Amino acid sequence: MEKRVRFKGLWLPLLLVMPQLLITAVFFFYPAGQAIWQSLFIPDPFGLSMRYVGLGNFEFLLSDPFYRASFVTTAVFSILVTLVSMGVALYLAVLADRLIKGSGTYRTLLIWPYAVAPAVAGVLWLFMFNTRVGVVTWYLGVLGYDWNHVLNQGEAMGLVVVASAWGRISYNFLFFLAGLQAIPRSVIEAAAIDGARFWTRFRTIVFPLLSPTTFFLLVVNIVYAFFETFGVIHTITSGGPQQATTILVYKVYADGFVGQDLGSSAAQSVILLVIVGILTIIQFKYIERRVHY
Amino acid sequence: MAERHGMVERRGVGLWLTHLGLIVGVAFIFFPIWLAFVASTVSQPEIVSPPMPLWPGDQFVENYSKALVSGVNAPVARMLLNSAIMAFGISLGKIAISLLSAFAIVYFRFPGRRLFFWLIFLTLMLPVEVRIVPTYEVAANFGMLNSYSGLIFPLIASATATFLFRQFFMTVPDELAEAARVDGARPMQFFIDILLPMSRTNIAALFVILFIYGWNQYLWPLLITTDPEMNTIVMGIKQMFPSGDDIADWPVIMATSILAMIPPVVVVIGMQKLFIRGLVDSEK
Amino acid sequence: MATVSLQGLKKSFGKTDVIHDVEIDIADGEFIVIVGPSGCGKSTLLRMVAGLETVSAGEVRIGDRQVNDVEPMDRDIAMVFQNYALYPHMSVFDNMAYGLKIAKVPRSEIEARVAVAAKLLQLEPYLQRRPRELSGGQRQRVAMGRAIVRKPAVFLFDEPLSNLDAKLRVQMRLEIKQLQRDLGVTSLYVTHDQVEAMTLADRMIVMNGGVADQIGAPLEVYANPATAFVAGFIGSPPTNFLDASTFAPGAPQGAQLGIRPEHVVLSGDGTGHRAKVLYAEPLGAESLIYARLESGDNITIRQDGALPTPAEGETVSVAWDKDEEMQFAKDGRRI
Repeated sequence: MEKRVRFKGLWLPLLLVMPQLLITAVFFFYPAGQAIWQSLFIPDPFGLSMRYVGLGNFEFLLSDPFYRASFVTTAVFSILVTLVSMGVALYLAVLADRLIKGSGTYRTLLIWPYAVAPAVAGVLWLFMFNTRVGVVTWYLGVLGYDWNHVLNQGEAMGLVVVASAWGRISYNFLFFLAGLQAIPRSVIEAAAIDGARFWTRFRTIVFPLLSPTTFFLLVVNIVYAFFETFGVIHTITSGGPQQATTILVYKVYADGFVGQDLGSSAAQSVILLVIVGILTIIQFKYIERRVHY
Repeated sequence: MAERHGMVERRGVGLWLTHLGLIVGVAFIFFPIWLAFVASTVSQPEIVSPPMPLWPGDQFVENYSKALVSGVNAPVARMLLNSAIMAFGISLGKIAISLLSAFAIVYFRFPGRRLFFWLIFLTLMLPVEVRIVPTYEVAANFGMLNSYSGLIFPLIASATATFLFRQFFMTVPDELAEAARVDGARPMQFFIDILLPMSRTNIAALFVILFIYGWNQYLWPLLITTDPEMNTIVMGIKQMFPSGDDIADWPVIMATSILAMIPPVVVVIGMQKLFIRGLVDSEK
Repeated sequence: MATVSLQGLKKSFGKTDVIHDVEIDIADGEFIVIVGPSGCGKSTLLRMVAGLETVSAGEVRIGDRQVNDVEPMDRDIAMVFQNYALYPHMSVFDNMAYGLKIAKVPRSEIEARVAVAAKLLQLEPYLQRRPRELSGGQRQRVAMGRAIVRKPAVFLFDEPLSNLDAKLRVQMRLEIKQLQRDLGVTSLYVTHDQVEAMTLADRMIVMNGGVADQIGAPLEVYANPATAFVAGFIGSPPTNFLDASTFAPGAPQGAQLGIRPEHVVLSGDGTGHRAKVLYAEPLGAESLIYARLESGDNITIRQDGALPTPAEGETVSVAWDKDEEMQFAKDGRRI
């Protein structure tokens, strides 16, 4: 798509793109290139010089049991966050869509956790499940369950999943509700006349028609779980216990800044870069398809 | 609406069950925030001897003024200011540079236009988390640690907004630009007099999204601000937890958490229509 | 006020030529209509005069100045666009005043000029409204007003009435004509509607595939079309085209015979060519009769509405005066 109108000038447009070009070059392309470059070196024990190791960092990483464990952790974490937040959101959206009046009110009530930072969400959930003062922990204790996410790996994972999914429900709810409201009523009414009960209608008509929204949200939520949940992990578990909640992004930070292992951290960045690239391609493929509908 | 839903609408018991289901959902969403609010209005002893109360206490003023004025490491008022500067800097800065470059790529033909287009295309979706170490080094080399420019500039380097404005500019009829040319408008006059006012809604919608994005940043401020005076509120909360076995000052921490939520929540609720529009636009 | 002169004007996009060698000298105050089917290059021609398209060869002169490389704003022209191109966020007043503000015309004069134009166009009550609060006809007037306030040497109209409904179109056509007469500004007007062309033009340029097939006064063009295309395009219902070898013995190979529907009559005495009536359309003032000649050619007859119309399927005799025949060579040119 091109404009028929164009203004004349050479310096003006170059001047106009200059700010973005400069900032992108300095804070994006240079660091991204630097990450790729650094991933090919390891520093000597005194940090004085860098030694070229080719793909050594990658080989080491991929054979490192901790890194492989982190991969599995990330996969489990992302899938759980996506399922929980999308599941709850879809449930609420289906209910809200059934209302003639009041769906707007519920929308207002449900959208604002989107504004709560993941790190703040982490603090809120940490407070509820705190081993010493947490209200939920205390009531669980009354029921005879001894909650301790500081020691129990499964509980730690459960807590970061719920805290991450919690803030994401709003976003998914908005898109699901919009998707549901875009389905022509006549289609659903026709099914009702054909005798389909609610659940049958949902399974055979609503859900298939909702699939573009669902697929879109699936990709977006996985990206969210991969990259934007750092705050939740850092505030609640700091990757523990025994690295049970160390997702890939957290490991880049932990190895690069806490462990000061630049080569490995850079190699991890490059691997994440590839993952983002794949997810982006999937998303664009999807958008292309949607445009062609 | 009534007609639209018609016969599929639930009545009687079903309607109440629908409301009940939604209310349970709303309660699930609200409970953590309610609890944080309650904790921010009671005293420390009430919290450390569980179970804590579930109804607000009388320490609201004490806790919030303590947080705002002295905080734990730095006054929360100061952190709020830092967050505000960062959020405004990121949203306004990104909108400004994106408007300019989108104007250039849509309304001009210049050498390198295609290259530029693809370069910014590459920056789509690559979050700062992925290139964190080298970006930190760049910022450090520029002396940007513990500075507002360090908080802002690296987070402006992405092209989503440019694409959004490009999409919008493409929908502006060609004849408007031609009419402006016949009227004698120079390119920048057309940009300022015609294009900018026409983009108002898009700018506002994008502002809402970017403001929240900027306000809620965590990892980047964590790395780049070591001086408590430069902490933003979202990352500052974690810094308020004591290391080791000391007991955290929960009422103050929870008051800070509530304070950290208020600005973005106000923006989302107050500009709900624009927010939803911005969300949908920026995912296209 | 100015003359406009196009000399050997050409436009090509890459290797495709869209305008071939257009030549015309337009007198001061003349109303020129450029008419043709879509894609004939008429808008491109106008936009070249406006300076919105570059000139590939030849020259555009406004007054005594060659303006090929002059920016639109410096050509002393004003343009009315098909979709009006009103600035949606500005009031009617600001829309009209924008060009003057840029030209740094003093505020008091801007107000005076807008006031005059608004009065002329009956827009006074709407000056503070936004374009979206106006009807189609009012928007059209604002677009005109924007052109008028600039007091240009030349008005350029790019299908300005095509977005209006039929009734409004007739009314606005009259208003434009009246306005142009009153202001006496040289005008170029693009349209695909031959009725607009016939009623508005002092002279018209009939465009066909990038070529100006004929330039002339409307009635002259109607009476004396230079090509088969012009004969077919101007006039409604269109000219009948018949195979010349059957009806005009001695005509060159491949030639066509053109005869306007109003020149064909049903001869009561049985002389002329036999034809079978396909259907008849009584329109009140006139009737149209569609028939098929024995040669297989279709022919349209236009006759006074008071005359009786034959029934469908009836066989009739049709005839015409030899003097009204127009012969066109194989390449379309008039012989």
